[in-house]
Amino acid sequence: MTTVIASPTQEEHSRVNDTAQEIVEVSGITKVYPGGTVALRGVDLAFPKGKMTTLLGPSGCGKTTLLKIIAGLLDATEGVVRVNGKEVSGPGPERAFVFQDFALLPWATVLTNVGFGLEMQGVDKATREAKSRSYITKVGLAGFEDNYPHELSGGMRQRVGLARALAVSADVLLMDEPFSAVDEQTRRLFQEELLRLLAMENKTVIFVTHSIEEAVYVSDQIVLLSPRPGRINRVVIPGIERDGKTPDEIRREPGFLDTVEDIWDTLKKYLDEERMV
Amino acid sequence: MSRTLVDSVYIPPETSSFDTMIIWRTISVLFVFGSWEIAGRIPISIAFPTFFETMTALFEMIMDGRLAHAYFETLKPLLVGVGISAGFGVLIGTSMGLYRSVQWLGEPIFIVMQAAPMAALIPLVTFVYGIGLAAKVCAVVILAAPIIVLNSYKAVTNANVSLIQMCASFQGSRVQQIIRVIIPDASPMIFAGLRLGVAAGFIGVILAELLITPTGIGDLITYHRSVAEYADMYAAIFSIILFAAVTIGLLEKAEIAYFRPERKKKKGS
Ligand SMILES: Nc1ncnc2c1ncn2[C@@H]1O[C@H](COP(=O)(O)OP(=O)(O)OP(=O)(O)O)[C@@H](O)[C@H]1O
Ligand SMILES: [Mg+2]
Repeated sequence: MTTVIASPTQEEHSRVNDTAQEIVEVSGITKVYPGGTVALRGVDLAFPKGKMTTLLGPSGCGKTTLLKIIAGLLDATEGVVRVNGKEVSGPGPERAFVFQDFALLPWATVLTNVGFGLEMQGVDKATREAKSRSYITKVGLAGFEDNYPHELSGGMRQRVGLARALAVSADVLLMDEPFSAVDEQTRRLFQEELLRLLAMENKTVIFVTHSIEEAVYVSDQIVLLSPRPGRINRVVIPGIERDGKTPDEIRREPGFLDTVEDIWDTLKKYLDEERMV
Repeated sequence: MSRTLVDSVYIPPETSSFDTMIIWRTISVLFVFGSWEIAGRIPISIAFPTFFETMTALFEMIMDGRLAHAYFETLKPLLVGVGISAGFGVLIGTSMGLYRSVQWLGEPIFIVMQAAPMAALIPLVTFVYGIGLAAKVCAVVILAAPIIVLNSYKAVTNANVSLIQMCASFQGSRVQQIIRVIIPDASPMIFAGLRLGVAAGFIGVILAELLITPTGIGDLITYHRSVAEYADMYAAIFSIILFAAVTIGLLEKAEIAYFRPERKKKKGS
């Protein structure tokens, strides 16, 4: 049921190549911050179209850095990012970012915040508002159009960030720990909603999380990064049968539990290594 | 008279928390005026009138038109000077925050200007601009501008990095980034600088009227001191303090109304 590959071997890459077209590819990415911190070293990865890939790894291993390089918000020291086969050097309309700290304009209403990406792209006001309203409804915030961010809970704010990213109709969604600010129940609810939204919208998602369970539950592919400098340690493909099962049944499936266990073993090794140093 | 003054500053109560606020603020005002009255009655100095004597003098000044005439004179250099300082100050400060070269050019000048006791330079201004309106405008500008420039500069430098990145991630242009993110994000601090700058402008205009040529409010103060009419002198001082406080309060209202709609709601609820 679960396909676990020991390392990103040739075989694995070709398998991904066969099954799906790669919408985002990074090759040879190295990032050295001013001051000499090597955050990433020689990262090669492919993100299949229409799939959800999770970046998982210990704190400080460079997940945010990698995501921001893919978004074009940070320049890599070495290496290239390709989107739809074309090399990119900055943000583009095919990619939309969901920020960990929400990054909402505090002085703007939910409606204006959701329409912000469209506004930047020069979409006229009427179209913008109509589109924003429809995405506000899709993320379950209907009725809050005229509220300000400080009047919303953390979970609601993240929905605003998600609606803003969905509204620009980018093919690729980049999400940096989007659910880290909410409690476990809300988190599970969000995971369901995210899967439902993604099924409707047919997006490619690159998702950063700290939660192994979350990664296994939502992902088609999990990339395990090693401690700093971040490198790819393994790529895990959880083979979970979802059809006709409730979320709780999925979480009790042997395939699900084995994958969680397996990833946990790898991450535990990092901790042990750290303790020995 | 004192009651009318106090009433005109505060809005009638609406909610219970508003009631409590009014009570405490009234106590604060009564405490200050009460201490003044007592200090005047002791008296701590023959040159220190009581609160009621001062208010009576103020009332007379308002009724016979002396105050209006004085303000007409004082407001000219004040408005021109504050206008110049605010307009150019925000523009220069913002550019310093946005462009390295402007930053390097402006930083040393304005930091020295802010640190130096600029009031000491006011007598020098007369050598350059004589004793007319230009000299007084200049006095207002040298006091008000550095604070406004440096606050705008710091506000823009400290604009929220995450919001700027968010704007960039949606392909916002540099102009969109400045207008839609950096300026609104910096506006509370820019306005704080404007309030301080306007307060400094009041100091500048009064100093100019006391040190350069006696006109307007400065003239009222100087004249009544010279003829030992201390109640009138304090009335003039009291009126300018009140006027400055009201102006700065209005500035805060304007900021919330035009730049920070979310704070209007926050205050209301
Ligand atoms: N602007 C920066 N300047 C210098 N070093 C940085 C900068 N941003 C991040 N780093 C360093 O790079 C490394 C990777 O940071 P990054 O934020 O990508 O980690 P992360 O995997 O997202 O961590 P977390 O799980 O805690 O969010 C860290 O060691 C961090 O200290
Ligand atoms: Mg991070």
